[in-house]
This record gives sequence, C-alpha cells and structure tokens, in this order.
Amino acid sequence: MSLFKYSSPTVFYPLAGKLVPWFAALAAIFGVIGLYIGLFVAPEDFQQGEVYRIIFIHVPAAWMAMVIYLVMAMYGVMALTLNTRLSAMMMEALAPTGAIFTALALWTGALWGKPTWGTYWAWDARMTSTLILLFLYIGYLALINAIEDKKRADKAGALLVIVGSVNVPIIYFSVKWWNTLHQGASVSVTASPKMAAIMLWAMLTMSIACWMYAIAISLVRVRAIILERERGRSHSTRAANALSTPNIAAGS
Amino acid sequence: MTANLNSLASINSPVFQPERGFIVALARDARLAVRSKGEVIQALAFFVVVVSLFPLAIGPESALLKRIAPGVVWVAALLSVLLTLPRMFANDHADGTLEQLALSVYPLPTIVAGKIVAHWLMTGLPLAALSPLLGLQFGLASGELAVLCVSLVLGTPVLSMIGAIGAALTLGVRGGSVLLALLVLPLYIPVLIFGAGAVEQAMVSVDFSANLSLLGAIMLLAGLAVPFATAAAVKISLD
Repeated sequence: MSLFKYSSPTVFYPLAGKLVPWFAALAAIFGVIGLYIGLFVAPEDFQQGEVYRIIFIHVPAAWMAMVIYLVMAMYGVMALTLNTRLSAMMMEALAPTGAIFTALALWTGALWGKPTWGTYWAWDARMTSTLILLFLYIGYLALINAIEDKKRADKAGALLVIVGSVNVPIIYFSVKWWNTLHQGASVSVTASPKMAAIMLWAMLTMSIACWMYAIAISLVRVRAIILERERGRSHSTRAANALSTPNIAAGS
Repeated sequence: MTANLNSLASINSPVFQPERGFIVALARDARLAVRSKGEVIQALAFFVVVVSLFPLAIGPESALLKRIAPGVVWVAALLSVLLTLPRMFANDHADGTLEQLALSVYPLPTIVAGKIVAHWLMTGLPLAALSPLLGLQFGLASGELAVLCVSLVLGTPVLSMIGAIGAALTLGVRGGSVLLALLVLPLYIPVLIFGAGAVEQAMVSVDFSANLSLLGAIMLLAGLAVPFATAAAVKISLD
C-alpha cells in the first residue's frame, strides 16, 4: 500500500523530479565509460576492422527497442485492469524513446551493413521485424494523438499496445520463416562473430547507459505530461511555479 | 437501421441464451449488407482494379507476372478488406445503434463476434471466391488457384477480426481511415506472409500445408481472443 501511493500523479511528480538527476548522471557515467572502452580500449576486429564498433550503440538500441515495447505493454495491462492514470502516462512518456531507439537500431544497422555486407538494407528477419516494430510504435503514437479525449486515448492506446505485444512473437516468427523460404535474395546476418570479453563489457556498459537514459528521459517526459494534464488543478500550478527549470529544459 | 433491435432489447424467451446475441447481430448485419449491395460490390471492384494495375505498371511479361501473382492478389485483398472496415461499426456508432447494442442483454463479445462474421461473409468470402479468376489472368495453374482460394478463405477471417479491433478503436476519430490503416496493416503481416507463402510454395511444388495450417491456427487463436478485445475497444470508444 505504501508503494501504491506513487500511482497518483500528484505524489509521483516530485518523486520523479528527485529521481531524474540520478538516472541522468548514471547514464552519463556509464555512457562515458562504455564509449571509452568501446572506442579506445577494445581492439580492432580482425575481420571487420574499425566499423564493428557501431555495435556498441546498435545492439543496446535494438534491445531497448524491444524492452520498451514490453514495458509499455505491461503498463497497458495496468492501465486497463487497475485503471491507473499514471500507467497510461508512462506509456505515453516511453513511446517516443522506444521509437527513437528503434529508428536508431535500424539506422546504425544500415550504416554497419554497408561496409560489412555490402548493402544498406536486406530483408533479413531481424531487420524486417524491427521495421515492423517501428510501425507499431508509430501506430500507437498516431492513435493517442488523434483522440482528443485523453481518458479514451489512454485506454485505446493501452489496448492497442497489448494487442501489438501479443502479435510481436507471431510477426517475428512469420518473418523469420518467410526469410528462410526466400533464402536466395537475403544476406545472412545471424552468424555473429565471436566477441572478445572486452567488447562484451563495452556493450554491457553501453546497454546500462541506454537503460538509464531511457528511464531518465521518460521520467522527465512523464513530468511534463502530468503538468499538462493536471493543469488548472492547484498542486499542478504550484509545481509549475516552483519548477526548477533545468530538469525539464535539459531533458526534452 | 433498427431492423432487429427490438429483439435485442427484450428477453422474450424464459431461458436466457447469450449465444442468441451472436445470431441476432449476424442476421442484422447480413440483412443490412444485402440491402445495400453497392458497398459489397464496390469492395470487389476495388480488388479487381488494384490487381489489374500491376501488369500495367510492371509489363505484360507472363513469367514475371506469374511469379508475383500470389503477393499481388494478397496485398490487394488486404487493402480491399481495409477499406471496408469502417463500415463494421461507424454507421451504428453515428446513429446510436452501437450504444443500444452495448446496452442490450446479450454479452457484447457475442454481438461483436456476429458483426465480425457478417463482415467476413460480405467481404472476405466474395474476395476468396473471385480470386481464382484473377489468378487465372496471371497465369496460375488450377492447383495453384485452389491453394490461393483456400488461403484467402482461411486468412481473410483474421483480417476481419484484427480489423474489428482497429475499427472500434478509431471510431469517430478524425482522420480515422488513414489511422486505421496505420494501426492494422502491421498486424496483418503474418497473415500476408503465410497466405502468399502457401501459394508460392504450391508454385514451386513444395508441400504448402504448413502455411495453411499456420493460417488456420492464427484464425482459431484470433477467434478466441478477438471478440473480447473488440468488445473492450467498443466500450472504450463509447465511454
């Protein structure tokens, strides 16, 4: 019951404000360490040369793309079953970050693919399903922005993400089987080279940095959403007046 | 519009039969569709026109056309189902019938299931029936035509079902039809892959039954879950 009190946007707003600097700092620290190991300590790959270093952002971005969608689906279940407004607000706050990570994964994948496999894009199972994941994010964002009534937008978005998350494994396997059916045209991207321990460490550190960044930025965004939705209520006006601007201004 | 509403609003029989909601909704929507045949025919005409555009865009080379035929027919079927989706709830929503249906004694999922089956009978089934003719234009052999038809019979119910969720979520939203396409098309991808894949495998004389089984499995799974999800979506939109 003590934890449930934070499901109230009013109570959560100051807590989120206190947490943001910590997560942002952790993101910065892990990011710097990860980039240092990745760019300076880790050796050059003897097959791919320097270009392999893009995995230090590519792999974490691809992980985040999937994880954030699952977290959104979890919040969606909470929003529909427990009827908590904050859950839907968290979904709305997470979605842009998830979409950006998905786009980043596709973009860095293309940049990596060109020198490594000689093509920016292949209809590989992973690439195709990541692209479809991006469509799912865009669909969610389009839906909640098109519905004017916020309460309805929250619930409709929650239902859509739950339906989407049930579909994600089906989409993944269908695309995978489709890909093996059409082997002739595709490039095999699944044969990943064995990674040295130091490379793995750089990648893990970067992953933690991405997690921390995603948490920090969505807390900043959820604060903005709370202020926007609750405007006109007294606590919100007070918070807006007392707002120490760096938190909002630096984040979004 | 209010064809069968009276029978929805009151329980005349002493024994409560929830499954009657399915039959009543199905009969009502089917009757409405039969009385405005134009809409059914328009969707079919759209299907034929879109399929006919491809040879004009690509060229009359028969080997290439045969190669792309399954994909073209399936994508055209997808788009033509998509165009008919708003019909499932929009009219009922506009004149308040949908609220009455939601308030009726029958469980909303049974009513929604009836509407989905009616939608499939009026769009998916005619599309599947017409598809061999279009396949013939692309030079498919008779066995391949049969697989194309069967794959559409198994796949189009899923299109109606997933589409129903999207149609219910976008009720009365501005720019609803484009939004609906954005929401629903990514979710249609597995059906498209297995449906077109079955025909392609038939064309290269590989066993195509796996794809058809998967389509059937998706149909059954969706049939279990979708009425409830759609009912929830309708309730969200009516709030």
